[in-house]
Amino acid sequence: MSRFVKNGTVEMKNVPSIVSYGSAVGRMEGEGPLGSCFDYVSEDSAFGENTWEKAESRLQQHAFEQALLRGSIAESDISFVFAGDLLNQCTGSAYSMRNNGARFVGLYGACSTMAESLCMAAVFADSLEGTLNAALTSSHFCSAERQFRFPETYGGQRPPTSQWTATASGCVIVGKHEAPPFIKTITIGTIIDMGIKDANNMGAAMAPAAYDTIKTHFENTGTSPEDYDLILTGDLGYVGSEILRDLFLQDGVLLGERYNDCGLMLFDRKKQDVHAGGSGCGCSASVLCGHILGRIKSGELKNVLFTATGALMSTTLVQQGESIPGIAHSVHISFDGEQGG
Amino acid sequence: MKLTENEYGVLAKRRSPNTKMYKTVPAAFAVGGIICCIGQLLTNIYRSVGIAETTAGTLTSVTLVFLSAVLTGFGLYDKIAKHAGAGTLVPITGFANAVVSPALEFKTEGYVLGVGAKIFIIAGPVIVYGLAASAVYGVILFIIQTP
Repeated sequence: MSRFVKNGTVEMKNVPSIVSYGSAVGRMEGEGPLGSCFDYVSEDSAFGENTWEKAESRLQQHAFEQALLRGSIAESDISFVFAGDLLNQCTGSAYSMRNNGARFVGLYGACSTMAESLCMAAVFADSLEGTLNAALTSSHFCSAERQFRFPETYGGQRPPTSQWTATASGCVIVGKHEAPPFIKTITIGTIIDMGIKDANNMGAAMAPAAYDTIKTHFENTGTSPEDYDLILTGDLGYVGSEILRDLFLQDGVLLGERYNDCGLMLFDRKKQDVHAGGSGCGCSASVLCGHILGRIKSGELKNVLFTATGALMSTTLVQQGESIPGIAHSVHISFDGEQGG
Repeated sequence: MKLTENEYGVLAKRRSPNTKMYKTVPAAFAVGGIICCIGQLLTNIYRSVGIAETTAGTLTSVTLVFLSAVLTGFGLYDKIAKHAGAGTLVPITGFANAVVSPALEFKTEGYVLGVGAKIFIIAGPVIVYGLAASAVYGVILFIIQTP
């Protein structure tokens, strides 16, 4: 049974293992700096489907299948699936899982969903012996654009602070204490709204939530940035990650080289036209599953604080003049599986 | 958070890069100008084959709308617009793009609830307020011209 520390932090008693993981991305992500890391890269942005919504579900299935494949896990062995995406009513996930008989929990945490689902999977695995729990998220540029912004062929111009929704998906399967990577502690974040109203500046809207969750995690676990090889935020992009550094600097804490952001890693901002960086549930999911977990497994990275961030807005509320609430959840993933540590 | 919303707003603004106007304004000027030149060229061609001035103007608009629709269909208009901004938005070609792009995008929801219902999702406000403005203009004109 997991132990509740305080203020959103939960310590894993049995320290569950990430038994497998998989990633799938679109063409543009495949051409990015991490292109060779992903398990599945599709040349076809429609993933063989005739609508963008179905394309996203297909993409998510690829990530799920890759995770099953890597771990030699049968689909029927998965006890619970915690899945989410950006589409209305969470349909990207529901339609991807509708035929496989999995016990399904749909989650919405905007771009924070990878950390959100991973937190759920970790607590389930830690508390319910013998369960295999999948955390699964996706985003697709085209399905997100048509829901949140404009049609794909519309000639609009993006401001420099805007981010590019990644066509990507990641799946993590969490099971009993076995081998690295291990999940040691999680911190569920609180909603922070600092009054940012610009839907084209999500980084600025989410940075305070990332700051709050990471700071709370440090306080509740008695750790500091030096205890981690990598502090990784979900998709703050260039603007949000610079703000996060500033916020910590005001406390006299230098994040320095150990800090990075998935939105800055997935794309090459100089060569690929993504403005402030990548975003979307699939951004942090694919970077985590394609680039980070393998390096923890091999011991190259010992301690990673993965903090995915989400902007909990809708176009309706933004049009009504409301500001954008942000959320962030942290997961401490470690090479070291010492229990009760 | 130690910061107030206002203090945070200042910090966020400082870290948010502005649009590079030294690049975007000349690009908009050049592309918008080129579209207008093409329009003038078309008018001259239509006039040279003996078409009356008002008809030549209408034909020019129709041709530009057609060209924009074709470029939108091939996914080229948005690629130009990415650099040109208002240069491609303001001319009649921008209006055509704003109608054609949702028509293509929402085809997956069917011809009635998709294309039919959403075709004016971007151009709608322009049409509504354009018509409203023309009605107001008509009333003013009526008052002025009534002896």
